[in-house]
Amino acid sequence: MHDHDDHDHHDNHFSDMQARVKALETVLTQKGLIDPAAIDAIVDTYETKVGPRNGARVVAKAWSEPDFADWLSRDATAAIASLDYTGRQGEHMRAVFNTPETHNLVVCTLCSCYPWAVLGLPPVWYKAPPYRSRAVIDPRGVLEEFGLTLPDTKKIRVWDSTAELRYIVIPERPEGTEGLDQEALADLVTRDSMIGTGLARPVGAGQ
Amino acid sequence: MNGAQDLGGQHGMGPVAPEKDEPYFHAEWEKRALGLTLSCGAFGAWTIDESRHARESLPPATYLAASYYEIWIRALETLLKRHGFVSAAELAEGRMLEKGTEPKRILTADRVAGVLAKGGPCDRPVAEAPVFAVGQRVRTRNFNPETHTRLPRYARAKTGIVEAVQGSFVFPDDNAHGKGENPQWVYTVVFEAQEIWGEGADPSLTVSIDAWESYLERA
Repeated sequence: MHDHDDHDHHDNHFSDMQARVKALETVLTQKGLIDPAAIDAIVDTYETKVGPRNGARVVAKAWSEPDFADWLSRDATAAIASLDYTGRQGEHMRAVFNTPETHNLVVCTLCSCYPWAVLGLPPVWYKAPPYRSRAVIDPRGVLEEFGLTLPDTKKIRVWDSTAELRYIVIPERPEGTEGLDQEALADLVTRDSMIGTGLARPVGAGQ
Repeated sequence: MNGAQDLGGQHGMGPVAPEKDEPYFHAEWEKRALGLTLSCGAFGAWTIDESRHARESLPPATYLAASYYEIWIRALETLLKRHGFVSAAELAEGRMLEKGTEPKRILTADRVAGVLAKGGPCDRPVAEAPVFAVGQRVRTRNFNPETHTRLPRYARAKTGIVEAVQGSFVFPDDNAHGKGENPQWVYTVVFEAQEIWGEGADPSLTVSIDAWESYLERA
């Protein structure tokens, strides 16, 4: 990277990226090509508005309302849009349902495709080579690293997001949750359970 | 292209190492990288397919050593230079030196919510009926283009079953290179792990890809 007068940590990769991105933003701002306030608005959207709570509400509704679950299985884009979760990286949604026989796992081996509209921004591991390389060849080994050991009898289906379809896993509903309303059910639905690297929390397990 | 991005089935990349209570961003520059990438994408000067190809065209050693936001920034610099918005000298000096290409649109703060809520749907109608049907056995083609493709190496020349006809979508292999959207039908094709990985494959595992029609042949 290039020398700049405002920092002196050239041995530090992160400060190099800080400088590189700062230079880029400065050039683009001076040229009138970007609005720095738009960047703030984008960041705020994904820090405070669009995140895995969206997906958790979709799952809770599917657990509670068979008609919605059926709609979700037939036309996930429309069913999810009915909750106002639409837009970037959620334009073409598919919901895949875990069953007692089959566990679903979602990956993008070629880049970082992820259902932003329902899960927000992807975690670092989802975009990094270890997960992307191994999810399709050794999913059980990957799941072990998340603390999830599936019985040998459970089938595993891995969905490689190679096109513009974005996948959300509908985990199995935990036992003993019959009396819970949808907001309480949503509390049991983790981000990882909607990628397939986890299960929904049992009741009383805490956040 | 057979670049570093095509990771499925590679070994030696290490443990997944999920981070507990991971923050959305690990440094301030990552926030700016996200916003810059989306803001510049909103110019309308390149497609998502061209930007994916710019990322996968990074030298493999660079790609594998970089965080994903770093990959985005390096590719964004390539795209901005390719389309004449900034020059290499401007990036080196960190200031404006000359006038460049005028974008069709500039993403202002007041438009952010609308643009994100709209997204960029890429389903397109095609006149012809789908060639393949649900339940049909198909074989993926074997090709190794230096250009963009969304058929991963591990899934080439493999026999699977069409599980769903997912609609018709922009064909990225063409669209990434300015050859037009040329939409095709997209199918979810599911493979037994043994077909992909052979000896020692997990017998309980199936893997699916979403494949454009021209990736497939009758089996």
